[in-house]
Amino acid sequence: MGEIIVRADDVSKVYTMGEQRVEALKAVSLEVETGDFVAIMGASGSGKSTFMNILGCLDTPTSGSYWLQGANVRGLQKRDLAAVRNQKIGFVFQGFNLLARTTALENVELPLIYGRVPAAARKERSLAALALFGLSDRAGHTGNQLSGGQQQRVAIARALVNDPAIILADEPTGNLDSITSVEIMSIFQRLNRQGSTIIMVTHEPEIAAFTKRNVVFRDGRILSDTVVVDQLDAEQAGGGSD
Amino acid sequence: MIELLLSLKIAVRALRTNKMRSFLTMLGIIIGIAAVIAMVAIGSGASKIISEQIASIGSNILLVLPGSRTSGGIRLGHGSTPTLTYDDAKAISVECPAVALAAPIVRGGAPVVYGNMNWTTAVMGITPEYLAVRDWPVIEGRNLVQSDVDGATKNCLIGKTVADTLFGSEDPLGKIIRIKKLPFTVVGIMDRKGRSPQGSDQDDIVFVPLRTGQRKLFGSEYPNSVGSIMIQAKSEQDLDRAEEQVTALLNQRHRIGPSREADFTVRNLTELLDVAEQSSKAMSLLLGAVASISLIVGGIGIMNIMLVSVTERTREIGIRMAIGATERDILLQFLTEAVLLTLIGGIIGMLLGVGGAKLVSVIFDWPTLISVQAIAIAFCFSGAVGIFFGFYPARKAASLNPIEALRYE
Ligand SMILES: Nc1ncnc2c1ncn2[C@@H]1O[C@H](COP(=O)(O)OP(=O)(O)OP(=O)(O)O)[C@@H](O)[C@H]1O
Ligand SMILES: [Mg+2]
Repeated sequence: MGEIIVRADDVSKVYTMGEQRVEALKAVSLEVETGDFVAIMGASGSGKSTFMNILGCLDTPTSGSYWLQGANVRGLQKRDLAAVRNQKIGFVFQGFNLLARTTALENVELPLIYGRVPAAARKERSLAALALFGLSDRAGHTGNQLSGGQQQRVAIARALVNDPAIILADEPTGNLDSITSVEIMSIFQRLNRQGSTIIMVTHEPEIAAFTKRNVVFRDGRILSDTVVVDQLDAEQAGGGSD
Repeated sequence: MIELLLSLKIAVRALRTNKMRSFLTMLGIIIGIAAVIAMVAIGSGASKIISEQIASIGSNILLVLPGSRTSGGIRLGHGSTPTLTYDDAKAISVECPAVALAAPIVRGGAPVVYGNMNWTTAVMGITPEYLAVRDWPVIEGRNLVQSDVDGATKNCLIGKTVADTLFGSEDPLGKIIRIKKLPFTVVGIMDRKGRSPQGSDQDDIVFVPLRTGQRKLFGSEYPNSVGSIMIQAKSEQDLDRAEEQVTALLNQRHRIGPSREADFTVRNLTELLDVAEQSSKAMSLLLGAVASISLIVGGIGIMNIMLVSVTERTREIGIRMAIGATERDILLQFLTEAVLLTLIGGIIGMLLGVGGAKLVSVIFDWPTLISVQAIAIAFCFSGAVGIFFGFYPARKAASLNPIEALRYE
């Protein structure tokens, strides 16, 4: 595989609420190379989302450091963090998080808007991204006019439209039935084959089996980090996306 | 520029999703701006009338009336003992250096008849100085001259209202009218003057030579007496000196001393009207201030709704931030929304205010003055209200923590 794209070094996160201190992450170190496809697993409350938020520059570690594409994220201004999120990171959420009363096309356009891409190019790229996931005929539909799977595909299109260095997905299949979940996984596999680096959180081992590497968290620490020997092909598993 | 256009687009969408709420929020601004514009229009209409009246009276005017100052203020001269004379007026114009002109006047009401038309109007006995002091030109025919006064001729000038009433489309010049049954020749027609400060029609008047008035129309036991003397000072700076000189001269001529109360009163007309103008300006300022308060109340309404809107859209803000919106993007978005609200409200309020002012002037016959300046100020003010009251909610939106915002249900 290629160069190291994500490098977390002794990343800790402590939440203090009054007297109470919650150590959500305890000196977590992880390296991810370009082209990897990582599933982060673990019990509820083990720190998966906290870690993802730090990787996604939505949050900063209490201690330790995080390099994204060789650049230390620590010490960046809020404005620069926003730019990093916009340019280098594509988020996919469990709850889809499409904007209400906003069409699929407009949702996909959002990262390009904040990336100051001119209107014409914006529309062209967004339509292309939607087409990639078979949503061309849904471009004008708003979130509540789409099925969960379709919404998540719009969200993936939105995450990809800016050609990010890395795709971060926190339980992207958590709200979907198993067939649709496999469908989404087949999309991720296709993107991964085409070179995208993907880190996703999942509770389900069956979903993790479609990735290349499984990292298990427990109590804010990495319990195990294993390469998936026999990666399942989601397309063959019946999730062939159109 | 592109950013602004985009936040404008987002703002329009946000306002349209909550049409009723947007409208109710705007209502405060609409009422505020409408009130400011209507009030200022009504107030400045009043000031305008007064300043026109000041101009119509003539500039730097003193009025000498018979009768004395009383403890309650100034007793009006009419009906008082006739103590002022034509000779007083002549003496004033000769002996008071600060006085430019002194115009003695007698006046009264009288029926005026032409053919079968009968009209009761004000009749004024004057000298040529009077029309000069009033800056009141004859537009047709000729003026009354000194020889008319000295010879007590039966020539007269008529005001526009009298001319229109008695003669209609006929040419009044050279025609004979009867005033108190006496025949007078119309030698001139006065220019239109409009309403007086008291609201009476100044064009409803007939001018006759002073001596004619004294002897033939308003004959009294004091044949040389005049009703009042109007005085024009040489300049505005001379006004106070003229008042002193006139008072001193009349005190001397009327032998007023410590033992004898003054039998005349000198009033500064311009000053009186200046006071009226000042108070009407203060009034319109007050009206404007009251209206501005409603604008501020409207602004607080905007702030309130924007805060609600920020809370409601916390998740949306979180999504936008996760996708790469900077704090500035979010700030601009909500600020644009607030300013758009107030500006639309401002435009509607402006239309309502202008319409309301027009309605007032039609229904109550009250002149209103809608100045472009007032509209521009009101418009900018509504924008400023939007920025001022929109800033805090926008700031609040922009400073949200993206993770917490995303987690918000
Ligand atoms: N904002 C916060 N304030 C205080 N404690 C927090 C906060 N966010 C997370 N935590 C705590 O940090 C720990 C890790 O939470 P995290 O959300 O990362 O778990 P998770 O592995 O994603 O769990 P799940 O599988 O349920 O999503 C938990 O104990 C949680 O209570
Ligand atoms: Mg989680």
